Amino acid sequence: MSNEEIQILITEAAPGAVFEKSGPYNAAVIQPEFLYAVMLKLRNEPEADFDYLFCETCVDFLTYIDVVYHLESRKYKNQFVIKARLTDRVNPSIRTVSDIWRTAEYHEREAFDFFGVKFEHHPDMRRIFLEDEWMKGYPLRKDYDDPINIVSL
Amino acid sequence: MQDEETIPQTTSTEEFILNVGPQHPSTHGVLRLKVTLDGETITHVEPVLGYIHRSIEKMCEKLSLRQFSYVTSKMDYLSSHMNNQACAMVVEQALQIEVPTRAQAIRILMCELTRIASHELWWGASGLDLGAVSPFFYAFREREMITDIFEETCGTRLTMNYMVPGGVMADIHPTFVAKVKEFIRLFKLRFHEYDELLTGNTILINRLKGVGVLTKEDAISWGCTGPVARASGVSCDIRKWYPYDGYEKLDFKEILDSEGDCMARYRVRMEEMKQSAHIIDQLIDNIPEGDFQAKTKNVLKAPKGDYYTRVETARGEFGIYMVSDGSQTPYRLKFRSPGFSNLSALPHIAVGAKMGDLMAIMAMFDLVIPDIDR
Repeated sequence: MSNEEIQILITEAAPGAVFEKSGPYNAAVIQPEFLYAVMLKLRNEPEADFDYLFCETCVDFLTYIDVVYHLESRKYKNQFVIKARLTDRVNPSIRTVSDIWRTAEYHEREAFDFFGVKFEHHPDMRRIFLEDEWMKGYPLRKDYDDPINIVSL
Repeated sequence: MQDEETIPQTTSTEEFILNVGPQHPSTHGVLRLKVTLDGETITHVEPVLGYIHRSIEKMCEKLSLRQFSYVTSKMDYLSSHMNNQACAMVVEQALQIEVPTRAQAIRILMCELTRIASHELWWGASGLDLGAVSPFFYAFREREMITDIFEETCGTRLTMNYMVPGGVMADIHPTFVAKVKEFIRLFKLRFHEYDELLTGNTILINRLKGVGVLTKEDAISWGCTGPVARASGVSCDIRKWYPYDGYEKLDFKEILDSEGDCMARYRVRMEEMKQSAHIIDQLIDNIPEGDFQAKTKNVLKAPKGDYYTRVETARGEFGIYMVSDGSQTPYRLKFRSPGFSNLSALPHIAVGAKMGDLMAIMAMFDLVIPDIDR
């Protein structure tokens, strides 16, 4: 499936998607409420067949948080990047994709730990690296500051 | 008659929790597995992580594009060359730096030596895990030669920091070629000893065969890469799929197995060592002349945007996702480490196995904990 066909596929599920380049790959910026529908399409459409999620992470831009998914189709040797833009930084939440790609389970727990993004319907939404009693905020956010354990060198 | 009433007719078992780690010799670091057992059978495994989490991603945000690769050596310390290579490649991608062919050849030589060294350590250590002490000394006999080679050229034995944006930090040592040749000669001469010591051993076969089976679909879904996935028949070698730094010019095979059990993982790694030696054979006499480093500016600034590079480490696919805002430091760095994704499949395949099998499964996953915790 060419880039144009994937773009049509995404626009059908997520109106208002913006397309751009993300490094060597093509990317789409979508609104979080359409995420699950887009992901299901990309996974299940036989022509797209993105069966491998090789990276999932968050990026904090101070006014919004991007959840970035790197997808690969092994069959077609094709990659595509989906960015879901969360404008709510106080209580950010998005639908999990761990039932489509199981590997997302750990990546989402990591994102929850460090960015505070809550993944709805996740089977095990707990902290993964930090201690359970951690109350000092979300370390990988840009406005995080810890005067005692200096993280900013 | 009264006795029969008081003695229960059936016996029942009760689940209990056993903590493996954080200080357990088989976990090769500070990994803690919370294992729920019913008798001797595992019903649930929960990895508890974060004992050595150093937040390398956050640290890198304050380091310049030249500096941040130095911390990544401490992630997967057995594949530090590949980690540094990925960092160098992501900066090269951002600034569109052409790497000289000599530097590319040196990089591949170093990476393949690292792969052999890493698999040697895995082979020796998993022998220890499964109750065989001698393999460790055989493995380190060869591994010492590789670390000596690294020490001469790179200056250190474990965390090399040798690959820099644009090439490698220094030219190879004058004795490098002769020493690598001598190592490859001895390695090939002695490889049959490994097979005689461990591969054909009945105890090893009994402990590995049919244990911890990972199916092909599960391997893809859990994001497994490297020898773990290739043992399940998933073709995922980045060197073959998306060649970088001149791997496309070399002749080597991607080792695949279909069984998906621990024995298959063992076989894949053993064969990979031979393939790495084969790659070194092709290159060692043909290192091109020229510069070992491209000319770059003193201060590197990546243009605004996203970058992604993938390399094949000894454990699988290592990816770096870099977001740049146009300044000297990366705005955000994400390290997609192979160990983290491979580990996520471990609880899934350990269920139903016996407690003793868990050590075999862990040994054949070849976990490096700093790579998981980052």
